[in-house]
Amino acid sequence: MKLLIKNARIIDPASGRDAKGDLYIAEGKISEEFAKAERTLDAKGLVAAPGFIDIAARLREPGYEYKATLESEMAAALAGGVTSLACPPDTDPPLDEPGLVDMLRRRAKALTKARVYPIGALTLKLEGERLTEMAQLAETGCVAFSQGNAPLADTQVLWRALQYAATFGFPVWLRAEDVGLAKGGVAHDGEVATRLGLPGIPPFAETIALATILELVRATRARVHICRLSTAGAVEMMRAAKREGLPVTCDVGIHHLHLCDNDLGYFDSNCRLAPPLRSQRDRDALARGLEDGTVDCACSDHTPVDEDGKHLPFAEAEPGATGLELLLPLTLKWGEARKLPLTKTLARITSDAARVLGVGSGRLATGAPADVVLFDPAATTRISAESLKSQGKNTPFLGYELAGRVRTTIVAGNVVYEK
Amino acid sequence: MQRNPQLNQAGELQHLLSIEGLPREILTQILDTAESFAGVTEREVKKVPLLRGKSVFNLFFEPSTRTRTTFEIAAKRLSADVINLNIAISSHTKGESLLDTVANLSAMHADIFVVRHSSSGAPFLIARHVKPHEHVINAGDGRHAHPTQGLLDLFTIRHYKKDFSRLTVAIIGDVLHSRVARSLIHGLTTLGAPEVRVIGPQTLLPAGVEALGVKVFHDMREGLRDCDVVVMLRLQSERMKGALLPSAQEYFKNYGLTLDKLSLARKDAIVMHPGPMNRGVEIDSSVADGPHSVILPQVTFGIAVRMAVMSIVAGN
Repeated sequence: MKLLIKNARIIDPASGRDAKGDLYIAEGKISEEFAKAERTLDAKGLVAAPGFIDIAARLREPGYEYKATLESEMAAALAGGVTSLACPPDTDPPLDEPGLVDMLRRRAKALTKARVYPIGALTLKLEGERLTEMAQLAETGCVAFSQGNAPLADTQVLWRALQYAATFGFPVWLRAEDVGLAKGGVAHDGEVATRLGLPGIPPFAETIALATILELVRATRARVHICRLSTAGAVEMMRAAKREGLPVTCDVGIHHLHLCDNDLGYFDSNCRLAPPLRSQRDRDALARGLEDGTVDCACSDHTPVDEDGKHLPFAEAEPGATGLELLLPLTLKWGEARKLPLTKTLARITSDAARVLGVGSGRLATGAPADVVLFDPAATTRISAESLKSQGKNTPFLGYELAGRVRTTIVAGNVVYEK
Repeated sequence: MQRNPQLNQAGELQHLLSIEGLPREILTQILDTAESFAGVTEREVKKVPLLRGKSVFNLFFEPSTRTRTTFEIAAKRLSADVINLNIAISSHTKGESLLDTVANLSAMHADIFVVRHSSSGAPFLIARHVKPHEHVINAGDGRHAHPTQGLLDLFTIRHYKKDFSRLTVAIIGDVLHSRVARSLIHGLTTLGAPEVRVIGPQTLLPAGVEALGVKVFHDMREGLRDCDVVVMLRLQSERMKGALLPSAQEYFKNYGLTLDKLSLARKDAIVMHPGPMNRGVEIDSSVADGPHSVILPQVTFGIAVRMAVMSIVAGN
């Protein structure tokens, strides 16, 4: 189908383009100008940007269908303008064998919605002991290997896993969290946790683990992506690691750009996240790091949790927040607070995320996949259980009025969401 | 930040969840009311009809004898009906959720829930889900707060020292795990005690504890110097199992209160302990049973303070 988007403000972060104009789509790709369109969308007042790429979204299948399903979360993705997403392997059972990955890919494909990129488990059952069949998992479509939030306590195993992955050039995505130091902790170890009487996770649980990982990257030259930085110290270490030329990238979850441990208020279990919300200083360092490129991209770290999992005392509540539909508004909010041009703000959830994920989308160049989102940057939405399509209603931003409303989402040239 | 969930629209005490965030006036009101009840417990007929016809549910998700008993006595002296539920060994193990348990009891027409739970913040969760006429009193949640204990400590201090404005108070021991310490610190700083000290090894002091308005000491002798009030905290034997402390003996040597160490405090210093005591671990018997000790009066005052809290929340 030939699709014409007229009168849009076209923003393509990859090329730095920000101009009024028309966008042509043919055969699922961004096309040169053509004479006759089969469908024309008037995008007056809207931004046309590459569809967003969320490198961490839990779809909860298989195993946790009571929390969310592929259907519900794919609908949430499209409503949030997310056209590609990577899903961590921490399902039940975990994505540790080709058959499971294949099934997930088929299920996702049958829904013909957002593109799903599975991250394979790094170790069997995520138990941190035996390696998975990475090469076979890669053949079925895994784009990287990870432990999700599951711990990997044994540094010997981590070393071998990185050596093995490096042999084949597979990227490894890791959370930096020292298992022993984080044990039992549920909040940033600081004044707020002390006041609330919550067991703390010290910031050096992250920096010590990161130091170990970086040392192993030096030894193995494995391509490593560090997931969900939470501390100022880790941002500084990543800055130095990149200066040194190590093959490392990193991301930050959108909640950690805006919230800190003070937001726990009176034990708000929606603020129970992994990693924990840290101090204001950490939050500011993350926001700055994302601006100067030390932190490569932002992600939603989408984790739908059912009510029973959150209606519990803080420490017993399940960590995580729903985020697919907040990726755009919270990224815009970050960009606005930093006074960044939209091209730069959107880069962190389009072209930069595509680079981390190693995919060809995330840009509007002719010939690129026609994954496009039209959104109104000024229109606001009041976040509520009703406004969210995700089955998870768990977000610290309930009740917030956030700017940035998606009107149309296009995947491979097909209009898959309109509002 | 949300409105303080303990106070109603008029700023009156709806629930007692934590001493933190309560204005000085409310603390004083509770202490004054307790003062008036202290007489009741001395009388031949130890009852007043303030809560006649009301139901008090003692909801203990964590075992306790002393606190539960004093709440029960306090409620009965106010003429309330008391129902004791030891949830630790009933529905919780059957998988019923905390809020389901509360909803069920609420359907049985409760007026006051007295809640103890091992998880910090549990009473806040319950308070958010009870009906408007129901009140929640925190009887200890995790490491977070034990406000009635804090209040009875304040009551005891006021009883013996009259005025908070010139006091030096030392709180000694396992502050990290202590809800009693947190509640007392907030109470003392709200009522204007000029110097509150915490004394303990680094492993038993929480991160950033200075932000609560206390001075940190690791040397007990230094910290005890010229104190008016010495509050010892209970050290649970399980602390010796991990990497927090090597042994009870070594702990007692450094942080146990003996007559010798107590002599560094003021001559008229009082010694308090929330109980139950571990003699020979955090406190020597010669101190616990000695002339400075006000540990048993604390228990007696605890009843009057709990009567005060229940009558005030039920009246609001």
